[in-house]
Amino acid sequence: MPASNRPLSPHLQVYKPQLTSVLSITHRATGVALAVGGIGLAYWLLALAAGPDAYATAQALFGSWLGKLILFGFSFALFYHLCNGIRHLFWDAGLGFELETVYASGWAVVGVAAGLTVLTWIVALA
Amino acid sequence: MSSSLKFRTPLNQVRGLGSAKEGTHHWWAQRLTAVALVPLLLWFVAALASIADADYLTAVQWMKSPTVTVLMICTIVALFHHAQLGVQVVLEDYVHSEWMKFASIIVVKMLALVLALACIVAVLKVSLGG
Repeated sequence: MPASNRPLSPHLQVYKPQLTSVLSITHRATGVALAVGGIGLAYWLLALAAGPDAYATAQALFGSWLGKLILFGFSFALFYHLCNGIRHLFWDAGLGFELETVYASGWAVVGVAAGLTVLTWIVALA
Repeated sequence: MSSSLKFRTPLNQVRGLGSAKEGTHHWWAQRLTAVALVPLLLWFVAALASIADADYLTAVQWMKSPTVTVLMICTIVALFHHAQLGVQVVLEDYVHSEWMKFASIIVVKMLALVLALACIVAVLKVSLGG
Protein backbone atom coordinates (compact mmCIF):
# COMPACT_ATOMS: atom_id res chain seq x y z
CA MET A 1 0.00 0.00 0.00
CA PRO A 2 1.44 3.44 -0.90
CA ALA A 3 2.37 5.52 2.11
CA SER A 4 -0.30 8.12 1.32
CA ASN A 5 -3.13 5.56 1.60
CA ARG A 6 -2.17 4.27 5.01
CA PRO A 7 -4.62 4.93 7.82
CA LEU A 8 -3.55 7.85 9.97
CA SER A 9 -3.85 8.19 13.70
CA PRO A 10 -6.36 10.85 14.80
CA HIS A 11 -4.88 14.30 14.17
CA LEU A 12 -4.79 17.37 16.41
CA GLN A 13 -8.20 18.79 15.47
CA VAL A 14 -10.16 15.84 16.89
CA TYR A 15 -8.88 16.51 20.39
CA LYS A 16 -10.39 19.10 22.68
CA PRO A 17 -7.71 21.67 23.60
CA GLN A 18 -6.58 21.26 27.20
CA LEU A 19 -4.33 23.41 29.36
CA THR A 20 -1.52 20.86 28.99
CA SER A 21 -1.62 20.69 25.18
CA VAL A 22 -2.15 24.45 24.75
CA LEU A 23 0.80 25.28 27.03
CA SER A 24 2.94 22.71 25.23
CA ILE A 25 2.42 24.17 21.75
CA THR A 26 2.70 27.69 23.19
CA HIS A 27 6.15 26.75 24.52
CA ARG A 28 7.19 25.82 20.99
CA ALA A 29 5.56 28.85 19.36
CA THR A 30 7.13 31.29 21.84
CA GLY A 31 10.49 29.55 21.35
CA VAL A 32 10.36 30.08 17.58
CA ALA A 33 9.15 33.68 18.02
CA LEU A 34 11.96 34.42 20.48
CA ALA A 35 14.52 32.94 18.10
CA VAL A 36 13.28 35.37 15.44
CA GLY A 37 13.42 38.11 18.09
CA GLY A 38 17.17 37.52 18.22
CA ILE A 39 17.31 39.56 15.00
CA GLY A 40 15.80 42.50 16.91
CA LEU A 41 18.42 42.15 19.64
CA ALA A 42 21.18 42.12 17.03
CA TYR A 43 19.69 45.22 15.38
CA TRP A 44 19.57 47.13 18.68
CA LEU A 45 23.16 46.21 19.61
CA LEU A 46 24.48 47.04 16.13
CA ALA A 47 22.63 50.37 16.22
CA LEU A 48 24.25 51.21 19.56
CA ALA A 49 27.65 50.26 18.11
CA ALA A 50 27.03 52.34 14.95
CA GLY A 51 26.63 55.62 16.84
CA PRO A 52 24.15 58.20 18.17
CA ASP A 53 22.09 58.56 14.95
CA ALA A 54 21.52 54.84 14.39
CA TYR A 55 20.80 54.41 18.10
CA ALA A 56 18.23 57.24 18.02
CA THR A 57 16.50 55.58 15.04
CA ALA A 58 16.39 52.23 16.84
CA GLN A 59 15.09 53.82 20.05
CA ALA A 60 12.38 55.67 18.07
CA LEU A 61 11.39 52.40 16.40
CA PHE A 62 11.22 50.39 19.63
CA GLY A 63 9.69 53.33 21.47
CA SER A 64 6.78 53.84 19.05
CA TRP A 65 3.41 52.43 20.09
CA LEU A 66 3.75 49.56 17.60
CA GLY A 67 7.32 48.93 18.78
CA LYS A 68 6.18 48.88 22.40
CA LEU A 69 3.30 46.54 21.55
CA ILE A 70 5.68 44.11 19.82
CA LEU A 71 8.18 44.35 22.71
CA PHE A 72 5.32 43.71 25.15
CA GLY A 73 4.48 40.54 23.22
CA PHE A 74 8.13 39.50 23.23
CA SER A 75 8.47 40.14 26.97
CA PHE A 76 5.50 37.88 27.73
CA ALA A 77 6.77 35.24 25.27
CA LEU A 78 10.17 35.35 26.99
CA PHE A 79 8.81 35.05 30.53
CA TYR A 80 6.39 32.33 29.46
CA HIS A 81 9.12 30.30 27.72
CA LEU A 82 11.47 30.84 30.68
CA CYS A 83 8.92 29.77 33.33
CA ASN A 84 7.60 26.84 31.30
CA GLY A 85 11.21 25.89 30.56
CA ILE A 86 11.81 25.57 34.30
CA ARG A 87 8.67 23.36 34.42
CA HIS A 88 10.26 21.22 31.70
CA LEU A 89 13.52 20.98 33.65
CA PHE A 90 11.59 19.59 36.63
CA TRP A 91 9.98 17.02 34.32
CA ASP A 92 13.46 16.14 33.00
CA ALA A 93 14.41 15.40 36.60
CA GLY A 94 11.35 13.12 36.84
CA LEU A 95 9.39 15.46 39.10
CA GLY A 96 5.86 16.85 38.90
CA PHE A 97 4.18 14.30 36.62
CA GLU A 98 1.04 13.80 38.73
CA LEU A 99 -1.94 15.15 36.79
CA GLU A 100 -2.88 17.54 39.59
CA THR A 101 0.70 18.87 39.76
CA VAL A 102 0.89 19.24 35.97
CA TYR A 103 -2.20 21.46 36.00
CA ALA A 104 -1.08 23.43 39.06
CA SER A 105 2.39 24.08 37.58
CA GLY A 106 0.79 25.01 34.27
CA TRP A 107 -1.42 27.68 35.83
CA ALA A 108 1.54 28.84 37.97
CA VAL A 109 3.62 29.34 34.81
CA VAL A 110 0.88 31.46 33.20
CA GLY A 111 0.45 33.51 36.38
CA VAL A 112 4.14 34.09 37.08
CA ALA A 113 4.84 34.95 33.41
CA ALA A 114 1.99 37.47 33.39
CA GLY A 115 3.16 38.95 36.72
CA LEU A 116 6.78 39.31 35.57
CA THR A 117 5.61 40.90 32.30
CA VAL A 118 3.55 43.51 34.15
CA LEU A 119 6.41 44.15 36.60
CA THR A 120 8.87 44.62 33.72
CA TRP A 121 6.63 47.20 32.04
CA ILE A 122 6.04 49.07 35.29
CA VAL A 123 9.84 49.41 35.56
CA ALA A 124 10.28 50.21 31.87
CA LEU A 125 7.59 52.91 31.74
CA ALA A 126 8.34 54.42 35.15
CA MET B 1 38.25 -8.44 10.83
CA SER B 2 35.50 -10.95 10.23
CA SER B 3 32.45 -10.71 12.40
CA SER B 4 33.18 -14.10 13.93
CA LEU B 5 36.18 -12.62 15.68
CA LYS B 6 34.15 -9.88 17.35
CA PHE B 7 33.39 -10.69 20.92
CA ARG B 8 31.42 -7.55 21.52
CA THR B 9 27.78 -7.54 20.51
CA PRO B 10 26.33 -4.68 18.38
CA LEU B 11 24.65 -3.45 21.56
CA ASN B 12 28.00 -1.98 22.57
CA GLN B 13 28.03 0.29 19.51
CA VAL B 14 24.58 1.74 19.98
CA ARG B 15 24.44 2.03 23.73
CA GLY B 16 24.05 5.67 24.67
CA LEU B 17 24.06 6.83 21.06
CA GLY B 18 20.51 6.34 19.85
CA SER B 19 19.24 6.60 16.29
CA ALA B 20 20.81 10.03 15.73
CA LYS B 21 24.29 8.59 16.52
CA GLU B 22 25.14 11.53 18.73
CA GLY B 23 23.81 10.31 22.03
CA THR B 24 22.30 12.90 24.31
CA HIS B 25 24.57 15.76 23.25
CA HIS B 26 21.86 17.90 21.62
CA TRP B 27 19.43 17.32 24.49
CA TRP B 28 22.08 18.05 27.10
CA ALA B 29 23.32 21.24 25.38
CA GLN B 30 19.76 22.51 25.21
CA ARG B 31 19.30 21.93 28.96
CA LEU B 32 22.65 23.48 29.93
CA THR B 33 21.94 26.62 27.91
CA ALA B 34 18.40 26.70 29.34
CA VAL B 35 19.71 26.64 32.92
CA ALA B 36 22.28 29.34 32.08
CA LEU B 37 19.62 31.51 30.44
CA VAL B 38 17.35 31.61 33.51
CA PRO B 39 19.53 34.03 35.54
CA LEU B 40 21.03 35.66 32.42
CA LEU B 41 17.67 36.60 30.89
CA LEU B 42 16.19 37.75 34.21
CA TRP B 43 19.20 40.09 34.51
CA PHE B 44 18.97 41.08 30.82
CA VAL B 45 15.25 41.99 30.88
CA ALA B 46 15.58 43.85 34.20
CA ALA B 47 18.57 45.78 32.81
CA LEU B 48 16.81 46.63 29.54
CA ALA B 49 13.67 47.71 31.37
CA SER B 50 15.67 50.07 33.58
CA ILE B 51 17.53 51.69 30.64
CA ALA B 52 14.53 51.54 28.28
CA ASP B 53 14.51 55.24 27.43
CA ALA B 54 18.20 55.97 28.05
CA ASP B 55 19.98 58.38 25.70
CA TYR B 56 22.99 57.26 23.66
CA LEU B 57 25.69 58.19 26.19
CA THR B 58 23.87 56.53 29.09
CA ALA B 59 23.44 53.33 27.06
CA VAL B 60 27.12 53.36 26.04
CA GLN B 61 28.29 53.98 29.63
CA TRP B 62 26.08 51.10 30.77
CA MET B 63 27.56 48.73 28.16
CA LYS B 64 31.12 49.80 29.10
CA SER B 65 30.80 48.35 32.59
CA PRO B 66 32.89 45.12 32.58
CA THR B 67 30.10 43.25 34.38
CA VAL B 68 27.58 44.26 31.72
CA THR B 69 30.00 43.44 28.88
CA VAL B 70 30.68 39.93 30.19
CA LEU B 71 27.05 39.20 31.07
CA MET B 72 25.91 40.47 27.65
CA ILE B 73 28.34 38.16 25.84
CA CYS B 74 27.31 35.20 28.06
CA THR B 75 23.65 35.96 27.29
CA ILE B 76 24.30 36.24 23.53
CA VAL B 77 26.24 32.95 23.37
CA ALA B 78 23.71 30.97 25.44
CA LEU B 79 20.70 32.57 23.74
CA PHE B 80 21.69 31.97 20.11
CA HIS B 81 23.02 28.49 20.86
CA HIS B 82 19.78 27.57 22.65
CA ALA B 83 17.69 29.18 19.88
CA GLN B 84 19.29 27.26 17.01
CA LEU B 85 19.09 23.97 18.95
CA GLY B 86 15.38 24.58 19.52
CA VAL B 87 14.57 25.67 15.96
CA GLN B 88 16.49 22.62 14.71
CA VAL B 89 14.08 20.32 16.58
CA VAL B 90 11.06 22.20 15.23
CA LEU B 91 12.39 21.86 11.65
CA GLU B 92 13.15 18.16 12.21
CA ASP B 93 9.55 17.69 13.33
CA TYR B 94 7.68 19.70 10.73
CA VAL B 95 9.76 19.78 7.52
CA HIS B 96 9.10 16.49 5.79
CA SER B 97 11.17 16.84 2.64
CA GLU B 98 14.58 15.42 3.50
CA TRP B 99 16.70 17.93 1.57
CA MET B 100 14.58 20.90 2.70
CA LYS B 101 15.05 19.78 6.30
CA PHE B 102 18.81 19.43 5.76
CA ALA B 103 19.09 22.83 4.04
CA SER B 104 16.86 24.75 6.45
CA ILE B 105 18.71 23.45 9.51
CA ILE B 106 22.04 24.48 8.00
CA VAL B 107 20.68 27.95 7.15
CA VAL B 108 19.35 28.39 10.71
CA LYS B 109 22.66 27.32 12.25
CA MET B 110 24.68 29.65 10.01
CA LEU B 111 22.28 32.53 10.65
CA ALA B 112 22.45 31.97 14.43
CA LEU B 113 26.25 31.99 14.28
CA VAL B 114 26.36 35.20 12.21
CA LEU B 115 23.84 36.96 14.48
CA ALA B 116 25.69 35.89 17.63
CA LEU B 117 29.03 37.09 16.23
CA ALA B 118 27.49 40.39 15.10
CA CYS B 119 26.02 40.91 18.60
CA ILE B 120 29.35 40.11 20.29
CA VAL B 121 31.30 42.42 17.97
CA ALA B 122 28.75 45.19 18.61
CA VAL B 123 29.03 44.75 22.38
CA LEU B 124 32.85 44.74 22.24
CA LYS B 125 32.96 47.77 19.94
CA VAL B 126 30.84 49.79 22.38
CA SER B 127 32.61 48.39 25.41
CA LEU B 128 36.20 48.83 24.22
CA GLY B 129 35.68 51.85 21.94
CA GLY B 130 37.00 55.28 22.88
